[in-house]
Amino acid sequence: MAGKPGYQYVMQDIRELYQEVILDHNQNPRNFGPLESANREAEGFNPLCGDQLKLYADIENDAIKDIHFDGSGCAIFKASSSIMTELAKGKSVEEADTLFDQFHELVTTGSADAESLGKLAVMAGVHQYPARVKCASLAWHTLKNILDGSNETVTTE
Amino acid sequence: MIQHLHPETIRKDFAIFNAHPDLVYLDSAATSQTPIQVTDAVLNYYESFNANVHRTIYSIGNEATQAYEAARKKIADFIGAEDAASVIFTKSATEAINLVAHAWGRKNLSAGDEILITEMEHHSNIVPWQLTAKETGGDLKYIPISQEGELEDWENCISEKTKLVAITHQSNVFGTINPIKELAAKAHAAGALVLVDAAQSVPHSKVNVQELGCDFFAFSGHKMLGPTGVGVLYGKTDLLEKMDPFLGGGEMIKTVTMETSTWNEIPHKFEAGTPNIAQAIGLGAAADYLNDIGMENVYAHEQELLQYTLNALGDLPGITIHGNPKKRGGVVSFNVDGIHPHDAAQFLDDDGIAVRAGHHCAQPIMQKLGVAATCRASAYLYNTKSDIDKLHDSLEKVKSVFN
Ligand SMILES: Cc1ncc(COP(=O)(O)O)c(C=O)c1O
Repeated sequence: MAGKPGYQYVMQDIRELYQEVILDHNQNPRNFGPLESANREAEGFNPLCGDQLKLYADIENDAIKDIHFDGSGCAIFKASSSIMTELAKGKSVEEADTLFDQFHELVTTGSADAESLGKLAVMAGVHQYPARVKCASLAWHTLKNILDGSNETVTTE
Repeated sequence: MIQHLHPETIRKDFAIFNAHPDLVYLDSAATSQTPIQVTDAVLNYYESFNANVHRTIYSIGNEATQAYEAARKKIADFIGAEDAASVIFTKSATEAINLVAHAWGRKNLSAGDEILITEMEHHSNIVPWQLTAKETGGDLKYIPISQEGELEDWENCISEKTKLVAITHQSNVFGTINPIKELAAKAHAAGALVLVDAAQSVPHSKVNVQELGCDFFAFSGHKMLGPTGVGVLYGKTDLLEKMDPFLGGGEMIKTVTMETSTWNEIPHKFEAGTPNIAQAIGLGAAADYLNDIGMENVYAHEQELLQYTLNALGDLPGITIHGNPKKRGGVVSFNVDGIHPHDAAQFLDDDGIAVRAGHHCAQPIMQKLGVAATCRASAYLYNTKSDIDKLHDSLEKVKSVFN
């Protein structure tokens, strides 16, 4: 769509948002389903899209031994949750906290240190689509709750 | 003889299609686009006779008052109301329903009384009644709906206990047009009043509140080519006269002493404070615009597009269309199998197609359908068959990306 003169319209390519990696995680989510060994759980809900999430984590000695997610929602939500579990698994609580901050920076400002992002970089496209930031963030905010030991359900409203 | 409506000519009145020539706007059930005749009327008020209403003796104040009251008369005529005094300007359909819930519901309902609504209501016709039921001790009952998106067995839901039936005229999810006239007759026979949520019907068909036989009738300006920030409550004058005010302030009073006040005549009793003058005038212009085209023509055009849409989507494998009501307006809700509506809508947007994806403020319907959300395409007088073709082609593309 052409913008009005004086109105900056940034051309976006939707495939920046829906990269192959995202489509793949949507189709074949990793660490999906309940986790038997979980000692912490948290729920998240995105009322806008109806995305629903349950996170299960096995945290021992400040380390995330294992983490799973369950739920339903859009591709961005599902892929982001799946990627989050892959990234968080095996990390210390402190490292996961840093990842959360990096993710947050990435989707809200679009800028981040590309070097340190690794797999997270596929989420960069989300920044261009403000309405979808919530879909991508739900899993991370719910993870944050688990890390902080909070039992409150995350809602993105 | 029906004179056909020409969307290509009509589109020229809508500046948005100048700004976005490729825009395929299929979300008029959420809000409609605005013709220049309406924006001009709003602008003209601000540029030529911007003044408060009912309070001034100078001439532009008179002009503003006359234009505001003329808008009220236009709206009264548009919906077949007996008297302009039965038309109250509110900020929206939502506020209109809340007005009745407060000024009538809280006063007239008590423990054991039933408020009857339906499973196909918009949240704006559910939540005010939940609150009213809670406060009065009344019971909130639902007329069930079928998978087709039609009311089920509504006749047996109305009883002596029913004090109010609050029902949508046209569903914003299925497009279902409900049998208001029959329902109102039955409700009245049982001693109940009838409130109609007409947010989706007034913009798209010729309505007559007296023929429908409803007691209250609520709708929004922004869905019928008017500005945002203005809605309408129609109420039978004898009911409105008996009701206490909703909001208190200027304009709605006759006298104020330190201790107490007396109320102004209707409709002013229900319009506390400076009203939405510009928007009401704009809404009057929207009614003029729709009258010029003819609501029968608007309806016929949308029926044609509806059939075309149902055929186009029906041709695509893997599309589930929700509901199949016999009498319906130009709203189609659907899901693309295996693809979340938000993902589908994001790809459609990439092709310049605006459809709604979400629960459409009707979560009880979503629960009934067993989905979190749907896509919804809704048409209006400016839509063309080519819009629907583009929707069809874009959906095909979406499917190929995800499969
Ligand atoms: C059936 C129905 N009722 C009520 C409303 C509420 O309208 P508004 O938000 O303008 O008050 C809508 C708007 O989506 C609707 O579709």
